[in-house]
Amino acid sequence: MNPAGALARVALLLTLVAAPALSADPLVVYSARNEQLIKPLFDRYTRETGIEVRFTTADAAVLIERIAAEGRNSPADILMTVDAGELWRATERGLLRPLQSRVLADNIPAHLRDPEGRWFGLSMRARTLAYDPRKVDAASLSTYEALAEPRWKGKLCLRTSKKVYNQSLVAMLIAQQGEARTEQVVRGWIANLAAPVFANDTQLLEAIAAGQCEVGIVNTYYLGRILKDRPEFPVKLYWANQGSGGVHVNISGAGVVTTSRQPAAAQRFLEWLSAGEAQRFFAAVNAEYPANPAVGLDPLVAGWGTFESSQINLGKAGTLQPQAVRLMDRAGYR
Amino acid sequence: MTRLTRAPAATVVLALLALPALLPIAATVLAWSSPETGIWAHQLEYVLPRVALNTLLLVFWVGLGSLLLGAGLGWLVAFHDFPGRGLFSWALLLPLAVPGYVLAVVAAGTLDYAGPVQSWLRAVGDLDLQRLQVRSLGGAALVLILTLYPYVYLLARVAFEGASRTMLEVAMTLGEDRRGHFRRVVLPMARPALAAGVALVCMETVADFGVVAAFNVDTLTTAIYRTWYGLFSLQAALQLAGLLVVVVMATAWLERRSRGREAYAATRPERERLPRRRLRGARAWAAMLAALMVLGLAFLLPVLQLSAWAWQHAADLDARYLDFALRSLGVAGSGALLVVAAALLHGYALARAGHAVARGLGRLATLGYALPGAVLAVGVFAPLNALGGLLQGTLVIMFIAYLARFLAVAAGPVEGGLARIHGGLDEAAATLGSSGPARLRRVHLPLLKGSLLVAAILVFVDLMKELPITLMTRPFGFETLSVRIFEMAAEGEWTRAALPAVMIVLVGLLPVYLLSRRMDHVA
Repeated sequence: MNPAGALARVALLLTLVAAPALSADPLVVYSARNEQLIKPLFDRYTRETGIEVRFTTADAAVLIERIAAEGRNSPADILMTVDAGELWRATERGLLRPLQSRVLADNIPAHLRDPEGRWFGLSMRARTLAYDPRKVDAASLSTYEALAEPRWKGKLCLRTSKKVYNQSLVAMLIAQQGEARTEQVVRGWIANLAAPVFANDTQLLEAIAAGQCEVGIVNTYYLGRILKDRPEFPVKLYWANQGSGGVHVNISGAGVVTTSRQPAAAQRFLEWLSAGEAQRFFAAVNAEYPANPAVGLDPLVAGWGTFESSQINLGKAGTLQPQAVRLMDRAGYR
Repeated sequence: MTRLTRAPAATVVLALLALPALLPIAATVLAWSSPETGIWAHQLEYVLPRVALNTLLLVFWVGLGSLLLGAGLGWLVAFHDFPGRGLFSWALLLPLAVPGYVLAVVAAGTLDYAGPVQSWLRAVGDLDLQRLQVRSLGGAALVLILTLYPYVYLLARVAFEGASRTMLEVAMTLGEDRRGHFRRVVLPMARPALAAGVALVCMETVADFGVVAAFNVDTLTTAIYRTWYGLFSLQAALQLAGLLVVVVMATAWLERRSRGREAYAATRPERERLPRRRLRGARAWAAMLAALMVLGLAFLLPVLQLSAWAWQHAADLDARYLDFALRSLGVAGSGALLVVAAALLHGYALARAGHAVARGLGRLATLGYALPGAVLAVGVFAPLNALGGLLQGTLVIMFIAYLARFLAVAAGPVEGGLARIHGGLDEAAATLGSSGPARLRRVHLPLLKGSLLVAAILVFVDLMKELPITLMTRPFGFETLSVRIFEMAAEGEWTRAALPAVMIVLVGLLPVYLLSRRMDHVA
């Protein structure tokens, strides 16, 4: 039989069944947070309230352009990202609307949400030092800046500066210490690299475990994921900058889209996510920290102990991000 | 007379076909209306010189490597007989089904310092291979060659197999030996096909993000994304993309110019193929090993590693994967039909178009392939949304964007096929009263079948792997296998992404096999 013809028939069939059935007023989420981290929660919300939650995933920058292009016709009610800078960028474009919510204001600490109420952190992601305890004495570690010292020459591993997590980290360093000092630090890091920068934190952690380098900077949940599969994995975390600015944190968070036709329903959904079992699951599913301090930690995460985190409002990560990227270009951080 | 009356119609057809690609290209041109001077000063000083050099080096090595590997294997398979030839002739296409970014991750995962190969070497031989860095420009070039050479191989094989016994006999009466015949007759006749293959490889290399991102090699494309995502300036990113389009246009123009007005055409489908030379002894083994090595590195070993990773996460496999697979097949199948049909129209219109404007439009229509996927997706999506919510929830925008991106892939083989149809055939057909659709069906289609199948295979596997356009323009809940890879990979869960990756390869296998077997019968 003719394969091209068969393909055509299959294709036609698929296009016909692709459109799902409509129900009353579903909420629509555009999410840069992955399907497997959000879908169980969305399903649960539907079970509890009867409100269907539809979503699509893509990079935040793409979702922002999509909302902007769709304009008044955008079906999006909520934009969800894995980084504060992207939410800040969405507010710059006028795509998120301010919410007056007692619940969200009570549940989410001030530095993890927009002062004007346009976005809210739902989980906290800590970016700190990871080290090889077989080679490094924890007492020799202290701050992000100290990794620029010559004693770490040939011992440091970093992830690419293309990842927004490093762009926010450098942006926050600029906010704390100024541009000149930060550039010095970044140059020092680059001079200390043991290997070309990695494409992701998992590779970086594997490199520490394999002995290619002794210390690096990672988001803690990457180690959490590895530890869930391999509890004996020989890399430990160190809380950076305790007593000097605190650990750099970022958020996975969300805001209600300006053109949403049901902002009240969207707000109720965010409020639901900010407390109780939903909030616990939101963080625990990926070994992150709940944004709501009243909510308990995943046992593995609790085992890493408590730490002082940076209290600077995360909107800064957005305002300073372009500056941080240029600084990293100048310093040769690829 | 007919030429004059047909020309306007051809121009209209070309303009319509160019429209999808023109949307994002126009966006890159319009972006220049307000240059981001601050960003440009920075880019010129710290970014552009480095990424431009990297891009050039990468394109050079990948283009050269794919040409040598693809044409070499094509020559081996078309003109020689050795153990396993029949199998290799289609199996060498299989690496097409492996997405480049997947091969890159497998290479980084297995060959980097922390990977099993180097760990083992350190354990048994105290061998430290830190200098041999996979995550480098050279590594990226190798991975791209291994995933892209099949474009050249496929086109080269078809062109070589078109070489006929008659032509060899003519060449021999003119005093050529077999080698001279290859150099002076077969190779020049195959040149348009080889050039088309290498052009596709180069454009894909320029637009590649997955491989270079996995190895952290900075190219123009990564700079475009960094400007957009990191510096928050889509405007400046589009300006950079505009630069890229100009470079690609200039290169394509130069290539066509260097080919000049040479034209080669066959008067009828060749029934009498050149007899294959039977290789014996060491040569036969060498030929088989060479083919096996390429297949092993580009396909067998990576798929084995992916399968091992997928096995670790076998629990992920649920009934939904049947939907993902069917949807991938459906999208790739219907997309391939659409794009190949458009390429056929494009080829005819281009052949009839009298004046330069029409031909220019025809060329513009194929430039979308060189644009980074996400830039193209935004460039098509934004203007089409100006139509209001009309297209929301449909697949229309997705398919228009596919057309913008992949027309080039189908247009190459189709144009090559049309060029081989001798004008005299048309005249003969006209004398016999056969015209229009009848002539297309009875005279051209049988001659074009091979080229159309080649085009369909290439577009099909490209669509199976396609990510950025599908990701941005899909309706809610519309998940394909490549979208599945994104879901896992975006947060660095690469071993979990292996399951959908293996399925892309498996699902892509069957159509590639079927189509290439069929091609054997019609070529």
